[in-house]
Amino acid sequence: MSGRRIFTRPARSAAIAPYLWMLLFFLVPFGFVLKISLSQAAIAQPPYLPVFDLTQGVASIKAAFAALSSDNFRLLASDDLYVLSYLRSLVVALVSTSILLVIGYPIAYGMARLPKRWQGIAMMLVIVPFWTSFLIRIYAWINILQHDGLLNKILLALHLVSAPVVWLSTDSAMYLGIVYSYLPFMILPLYATLSKMEPALLEAASDLGATPLQAFWRVTFPLSLPGVGAGVLLCFIPIVGEFVIPDLLAGSNSMMIGQTLWLEFFANKDWPVASAAAVVLLMLLVGPLVLYDRLQRRQLENAR
Amino acid sequence: MTTRAVNQLSRFNAVSLALGFAFLYLPIVILVIYSFNASRLVTVWGGWSVRWYSEFFNDRAMLEAAWMSFRVAAASATIATLLGTLAAIALARGERFRGRTLFSGMLYAPLVMPEVITGLSLLLLFVALNVERGFWTVTIAHTTLTLCFVAVVVQSRLGSLDRSLEEAAMDLGCDPARAFVAVTLPLIVPAIAAGWMLAFTLSLDDLVIASFTTGPGSATLPIRIYSEVRLGVKPEINAICTLVIALIAVVIVVASLASKLSSARGESAALL
Repeated sequence: MSGRRIFTRPARSAAIAPYLWMLLFFLVPFGFVLKISLSQAAIAQPPYLPVFDLTQGVASIKAAFAALSSDNFRLLASDDLYVLSYLRSLVVALVSTSILLVIGYPIAYGMARLPKRWQGIAMMLVIVPFWTSFLIRIYAWINILQHDGLLNKILLALHLVSAPVVWLSTDSAMYLGIVYSYLPFMILPLYATLSKMEPALLEAASDLGATPLQAFWRVTFPLSLPGVGAGVLLCFIPIVGEFVIPDLLAGSNSMMIGQTLWLEFFANKDWPVASAAAVVLLMLLVGPLVLYDRLQRRQLENAR
Repeated sequence: MTTRAVNQLSRFNAVSLALGFAFLYLPIVILVIYSFNASRLVTVWGGWSVRWYSEFFNDRAMLEAAWMSFRVAAASATIATLLGTLAAIALARGERFRGRTLFSGMLYAPLVMPEVITGLSLLLLFVALNVERGFWTVTIAHTTLTLCFVAVVVQSRLGSLDRSLEEAAMDLGCDPARAFVAVTLPLIVPAIAAGWMLAFTLSLDDLVIASFTTGPGSATLPIRIYSEVRLGVKPEINAICTLVIALIAVVIVVASLASKLSSARGESAALL
């Protein structure tokens, strides 16, 4: 026992390198996002006015603080384009997370009830798409959904439709793409909690007269809530900022905030507005992120 | 009877599993089949052919992008595995230390952080530091993202280990650091290997962060694929995607063999 405590010192010093790395490349960059979101756009390289210039001493810092402007944020709040794209991002994330939960739960539940030696294979089958490229999997759907793609051919052959249906560039295609891409993220945490559940609990419930459905709602589901929470956050947070899927599958009439940010940055070269959009997006996500951090920490550190 | 009914796979379970896995795999299977289509029209079947593969091997820009992606993935996965393993050791064995909450927060947040934010913030850092953007900036960006995944994989493995082995080694006269290196480290090697492979494939896949942090003239494979896909479906892209899938499949088989090897030694596999 005492030896265990002695090793904590070298173990702690192992933190130094990754700690410094994450400070420099994860935390500090947010400072730059904040700084540039308060700056003004300029036709220059880089395309913004410097907020402060350390080479010119204290006076310039004072002047710089006076010049800080919340113009970009005011623009975000007043322009319908931004307000709508924030709202749309939240709605899309909410709807797709709900669909994911409804589809993912039965799959995870089925996996947890497989014989033990099949469970490993089933888990592998869920993980493999997670390892396969996002972009490639979306591209696979474009193949299927395009005007003369497989889906329309099948529908026409079965006489379910009389003319090819437009699938690409619609919201349904986008939701399909999101659900497809994020399904493993929903299934894995759900499976993790469901597979640990004691089967004796369900037997007890049924001995006490519960029907299988009652046993599910009053025993299984409440006990799986930590997995539900993890799955929901694991999907919701990145979907809010999703770029690739709406860009390739949804129509161009309404955009999610990830697309707006991308457009401001790459097409309009307005770095300050893009940064301000990122700051607002981050503020929207702080709550869910803190929740996720707590769940993750509890899961990893109480596992011992 | 009731007991059996409760614990058995019901028809509902079986159907949802079958539909779920079909949903996950059918699109990929269709993509692979179409990559061998001889017809230039992607949707018309013109017989089996490998012409789109030879097209790819003659496409210099695409090959250069693939080579760039491969180098970035190998370099960033290696650095990320080193840093991520150190982070996992500190979290699993360091007990409480100052700044631990911030540390674990910084490691877990990138797992879910929208990529547009991570990409934009890193770019602004690189611009402020006035570094030339290209291979190294993308490598650093990918390392930052993937080291967090490595840390989680290795940490969960460390957490599931029986510590009495290490304590036994210490009772037999090993000092704690040596006990860790001699007993625990070999046991977590499969998790470290799996972490490296996960980092490698994540880097190979990334479009958004690479788009922000790369410079002119050094596009990665996903960046090239993306710009082609925006113009529509092309049979050559089907072939490239199939090659990437094949590469990743090899990586996964190696990773699962590594963890099989370790479970043969009486451990449970912790791939993710």
